Amino acid sequence: MNKVLLGVLLGAVLGAVDGATAWFTPEVRAMLVGIIFGSTIKGLIAGLAAGIFARKVNSVPLGILFGLAVGFALAFLVAYLQHGHYFAILLPGSIVGLIVGYATQRYGAAPATAGR
Amino acid sequence: MKFLSDKAVERLRAAGDEPDLTGTRYRLLERVARGGMGVVYAAQDEKLERRIALKVLDEPRDDDVLANRERESRLLRESRVLARLEHPGIVPVHDAGTLSDGRIFYAMKFVQGQRLDEIIETVKPAPDRLRLFLRICDAVGFAHARGVLHRDLKPANVMVGPFGEVLVMDWGLAKILPDNAESEPRAAPGSQSLANNASDAPQDAGSTQTRDSTLTGDGSVMGTPGYMSPEQARGEVRLLDARSDIFSLGALLHFLLEGAEANGSTQRPRPLTAICAKAMAERPDNRYKAVSELAADVSRYLDGQPVSAYRENMFERAGRFYRRHQVAILLIATYLIMRALLLFYPRS
Repeated sequence: MNKVLLGVLLGAVLGAVDGATAWFTPEVRAMLVGIIFGSTIKGLIAGLAAGIFARKVNSVPLGILFGLAVGFALAFLVAYLQHGHYFAILLPGSIVGLIVGYATQRYGAAPATAGR
Repeated sequence: MKFLSDKAVERLRAAGDEPDLTGTRYRLLERVARGGMGVVYAAQDEKLERRIALKVLDEPRDDDVLANRERESRLLRESRVLARLEHPGIVPVHDAGTLSDGRIFYAMKFVQGQRLDEIIETVKPAPDRLRLFLRICDAVGFAHARGVLHRDLKPANVMVGPFGEVLVMDWGLAKILPDNAESEPRAAPGSQSLANNASDAPQDAGSTQTRDSTLTGDGSVMGTPGYMSPEQARGEVRLLDARSDIFSLGALLHFLLEGAEANGSTQRPRPLTAICAKAMAERPDNRYKAVSELAADVSRYLDGQPVSAYRENMFERAGRFYRRHQVAILLIATYLIMRALLLFYPRS
């Protein structure tokens, strides 16, 4: 599996799981489907970005930093649009980005060097 | 009457033994090592202006013409075996010939480094030692692919260079496998009598420190105890194949791991014990079939994958999985713990 596909799949799965944890918060349970969908898209975008980054840069620390930054930025956007829950959204969103950043560096097939 | 001291006698003897390099492009620098067949000198190649190593056969012994010819043919054959093995892990031969004093010599790369048994104390981590071992396997596997068995693999015959490069040395006991004997290098027409002799000689390269036998037909035992395979120790020369060197590689791996354990590493992991045991199995049929198989198992171990020599139980498999994906597992665990803690986080 290539790094971009790995990033997209892992980001989507982790994003969905992250969104599903909203079930434990009774006041937002009614919007669970929307939260899961939004969180999945957020994870997917973070995974895609981390996967593309991993194709270009071969460095685990940089990959982790990049994933963390993207996860944080996307989570911040979501929290900003919701006008609240910053800590509860930023922390898991950043960690999901960090995991995806690490995984795309450590796993997944690197692109083959093209030769003619 | 004044007697010469032992030291003085030794110096005189060494000076008398020095090869006469007149008429060659080499200038003698110093004596480097002594083998059973001859002496290795450091010399300067005046034409190419580089330092080389010269292996020069000892002065012929007057009493045994046949043995002298045999030794000559062995040294020449050793140089030819090396010449056909062009590999970064095998010392390259540049030249071979006869000196004006009648002695046979061959010139090879001057290897700057230390013997594996001398340097191993400085290589403490077991994975680094295993990577060294893989480089040795690479060179030996290449020789096997060219139809050459080393037959004397041991730590003293491996040199490690300053940049970690590995050179397998002393192919004096090498054997050319029958399938490749036809392509074996032979003497050029019109060359010296020893060259004709070489083509009649048994298909092995020569002899150095560890052996004193002059023939290597069945029944002759040459090699190093502890590193030679049981069939080699029994003198079953005709039965020797790649698996005999694989036994020696297993003994070498055992040596490397033993050193790592002495340096305070934890007990030897079972997969590595199993790899050693399989490589050093009493019966050749129970060993790895090729050096590449042995190297692949060691590589798999280094990559945290299961090895073919050892069937692990469920717990060992889980432990190996954890070690292999430690960071990813810890990250996910961190995420889950964080998620659990957030459940108790007061929401406003």
